[in-house]
Amino acid sequence: MSDVMMDDPLRPSGLAQGQQQILGRPLDRIDGPAKVAGAAIYAFEHAPDRVAVAAIVGTPVGAGRIIRIDTRAAEAIHGVVAVITDDPRMPAGQANSRAMPAFQTDTIFHYGQPVAIVVAETQAIANEAARLVHVEVEAAPGRFDPRAQPVEAKPGIGFLPPIEIGDVDSAMADAAVTLDATYTTPVHFPAALEPHATTAWWDGDAVTLRISNQVIGAARNTIAQALKVDKDKVRVLAPYVGGGFGGKTGVGAEAILAAIAAQHVGRPVKIALPRRQTAYMVHHRSDTVQRIRIGCDAAGHIAAMAHESVVAQNDQGQFLEPVPFGTLPLYAGKARRFTTGLVRVDLPETGAVRAPGEAVGTFAVECGMDEMAERLGLNPLAFRRLNEPTVDPTSGKPFSTRRMLDCYDEGARRFGWPDVLPDPASVRDGEWLVGIGMAAALRGNFTVKAEARVHVTPDGRAMVECDMTDIGTGTYTVLAQVAGEMLGLPIGRVDVRLGDTDLPPSAGSGGSFGAGSAGSAVALACEDILAELARRMNASPEELRLKDGCVMAGGRQVPLADLLRGEPLTGYGKTGPGKESQRTSQASHGVHFCEVAVNAVTGEVRVRRMLGVFDIGRVLNAKTARSQLIGGMAWGIAYALSEDAVVDTRTGTFVNPDFGEYHVAVSADIPALEAHFIEEIDDSANPVGAKGVGELGISGAGAAVVNAIYNATGVRVRAMPVTLDKLLADLPPI
Amino acid sequence: MKTFQYERAASAETATTDAATPGAKFIAGGTNLLDLMKLQIETPGKLVDITRLPLGDIESRDDGGLTIGTLVPNSDLAAEPRVIEGYEVLSRALLAGASGQLRNKATTGGNLLQRTRCYYFYDTATPCNKREPGSGCSAIGGFNRILAVLGTSDKCIATHPSDMAVAMRALDATIVTLKADGDRRRIAIADFYRLPGETPEIETVLEPGELITAVELPKPVEGARHLYRKVRDRASYAFALVSVAGVVVMDGTTVKSAALAFGGLGPMPWRNPAVEAALVGKEASDATFAAAADALLADARGFGSNDFKIPLMRRTLIASLRELTGA
Repeated sequence: MSDVMMDDPLRPSGLAQGQQQILGRPLDRIDGPAKVAGAAIYAFEHAPDRVAVAAIVGTPVGAGRIIRIDTRAAEAIHGVVAVITDDPRMPAGQANSRAMPAFQTDTIFHYGQPVAIVVAETQAIANEAARLVHVEVEAAPGRFDPRAQPVEAKPGIGFLPPIEIGDVDSAMADAAVTLDATYTTPVHFPAALEPHATTAWWDGDAVTLRISNQVIGAARNTIAQALKVDKDKVRVLAPYVGGGFGGKTGVGAEAILAAIAAQHVGRPVKIALPRRQTAYMVHHRSDTVQRIRIGCDAAGHIAAMAHESVVAQNDQGQFLEPVPFGTLPLYAGKARRFTTGLVRVDLPETGAVRAPGEAVGTFAVECGMDEMAERLGLNPLAFRRLNEPTVDPTSGKPFSTRRMLDCYDEGARRFGWPDVLPDPASVRDGEWLVGIGMAAALRGNFTVKAEARVHVTPDGRAMVECDMTDIGTGTYTVLAQVAGEMLGLPIGRVDVRLGDTDLPPSAGSGGSFGAGSAGSAVALACEDILAELARRMNASPEELRLKDGCVMAGGRQVPLADLLRGEPLTGYGKTGPGKESQRTSQASHGVHFCEVAVNAVTGEVRVRRMLGVFDIGRVLNAKTARSQLIGGMAWGIAYALSEDAVVDTRTGTFVNPDFGEYHVAVSADIPALEAHFIEEIDDSANPVGAKGVGELGISGAGAAVVNAIYNATGVRVRAMPVTLDKLLADLPPI
Repeated sequence: MKTFQYERAASAETATTDAATPGAKFIAGGTNLLDLMKLQIETPGKLVDITRLPLGDIESRDDGGLTIGTLVPNSDLAAEPRVIEGYEVLSRALLAGASGQLRNKATTGGNLLQRTRCYYFYDTATPCNKREPGSGCSAIGGFNRILAVLGTSDKCIATHPSDMAVAMRALDATIVTLKADGDRRRIAIADFYRLPGETPEIETVLEPGELITAVELPKPVEGARHLYRKVRDRASYAFALVSVAGVVVMDGTTVKSAALAFGGLGPMPWRNPAVEAALVGKEASDATFAAAADALLADARGFGSNDFKIPLMRRTLIASLRELTGA
């Protein structure tokens, strides 16, 4: 076994010996044909014999107490198998948590809290019967308006403590030019297209869950705890996941409830959350209030940088949106202050959604930088360049790799960013006001523990195995490319098995750590195999060269199959963060440039073009990496312009919990997007040298759009999203 | 979804008698009704499927007008050369609505009968007088960004979501129906919809079992300019915050005739003769357009989060009139 934690910079030699030339190439997804042919089976499509279908009943109010639950009318419906209300393992309060769900309780923590499961022969029957379950409640006033609650300055939850370096207040007082502005972002839903779903079945005291989940190893532990069974008795399968966006981290109540129901009725049970119920049963991103203060000398050098935020959580949740996290290493400045205050609410749990922290934090800081550049009379790009740090300005650590300046240069050149910006509201194209904007992108790089097993078989093929997930991101393909590259096999001769907790525990998909961490475990497993092949070739591992199923060393070329002597050969790799991860400051970097048109009559915004350049370490697959980045940019456009989950503060309900009125971007909102790479292998990040990609594209993207809207209109909107009503009053007279 | 009885209509006549029983509904494209049934906002005891009836033709009439069968899909109607030629506003309105997939399924008659997209109509946990008469209106005092500023009552501030119907209103369409007693009616679109008043659950003048069989358009207006302008929260697949359907004929710089209807403002496709009176016979100018906007919005009243619709409509109308008149 190759077991290498990141205690030192590392690049497996096998990555240089592979001659297959497939790593990094823009290969099509190897799981693509199965997906377009409908052969890739998702959690709710799984149909074991005698499977029953369940619906979940939620509380009809957002705060108070349950008095009783009357199930008689529901049970009377023909085709209802069972109505379950009294299992002590029923999740309450924590609808979706990495921690164990709370015990059954009569306390209502939020609207739609699951209190009963209706199991029936068909979905229609289950849904109809669920409506007939009468939940009698004693309603109480709830804390439904986050902006009306007192702020806890040091909440003691979340991973990012308050940071105070130097004296921000006096640095602000001494600064020649200052900005003090407050920005807000609304509640965001994760909005995965595939429903949150589970099919569960028991075999004796062992349970299997076919689940839609991003990190199944952690899910298995949570499920075992919640069901009070040994984790060896829990198997979680998630070979295909149709988008996660953070919502499928942790374990959804539907998974626990499906398992409970399956045990009760002695049959497999499946549950898919309907779209509207998803808003209540899955966590959302908290709304945020963010105060940005920047103080500069007259030349534009930052002396003070403060990013103070307030986010919401309910009484059960342990997550705290790390709003200023991306600002920590972003710009120089001696006096620094980063805080995340908390308001407690009686709403569904807040949790990780699409780049938690940076997605919304970069909106405030990058709009703040734009405002500050204008006050200084500097080009916003020049202002950023002026304040590019040489070491992490908060931790003092060296950067592992940081190519921000190259991203700025390359992006400005490709976009045609001018030295002097047009004055706000000065460029008109018929009825449209045209403007440009830019923003830096930064997303912290994480490497997590991951293991993988790789077999080479006597027929000259390789099989990669780990419990990693592919949530539409390209994991199957990039892991095949890592193995194929190192073992000298074409992509068609590498098979990949994922999404099964019986396989080696891997990273899962979240925090943009999946490909780098799991890919590294695969690389190390291949190193294991290379060592054995070298031994069989009587050569040192460094001498080996592998291509097209042949192993070469010392002038000899031997087919891989011959070296196996009829027996498969297995390698096992294991990696994770180590001292090097602590020694260096690690992040992915980039920049967005954007041109928008704002209708001078109506305030409608159309993004005309958007271009990003990104420093992501080693590119494992140029096509899937680009897809990740432009997907993030599309989300950023949606954040800037339309995504807004509205809470009715009278009831604690969501006003618009469906795709009709929760406006993600549609194709017509998205112009041709360009994403380019600055590739530098990051040997401090992980063995394959890849940094996180998935969440980088969204970081800063919304700010670039909003800055362009300012340049187009001269209207500075500090409350996301920039819907037309926020521009209307300040548009030119009709 | 509640269990329901399903019947496939053998003829228009039997469809109307089948559907005259309480709790029965017609189904055609089902693009709205099925969604509402899944959410148990609509819980019909019986569906009478009219999709196999021969009501899917578009026919030219001797008077120069067009008769559109109730089952003509929105996509087909939008692409129909006689519609593009003579009723461009209708084609544009259709293409501004929904998505390609929905337009392929949605029918002409069904589009007229779309239910509101009010947030609270969709949330069965909250009071809604339209969904549950007498329960109250959650939108008044709640979040009402997409809701009405004209024609509201203290019982309901819902908007009618259709784009097509707004164009039909500007075109003075006539809705042809067959009643359960065998009578046929021809209902001017101006008389087809009802204001919410005390009974927001009643949205049209249709009687139980009464089937829309066709929509008639009068002869095209000669020499007219057409416009459909829809303002919305994203570039596609969003309902109108406000919309304008306009058919205007100019005589030099003077407005000779004008037909203007509005979406997103009221509980029905909105048309106000005072708007047209402010335009016809007048010089096309910003002063004239402002007077038309004043006439349209004189009685407009916002409910908080939809207040912006009033200035938005004013600006959109003035810009639309500039385009329609060439001023």
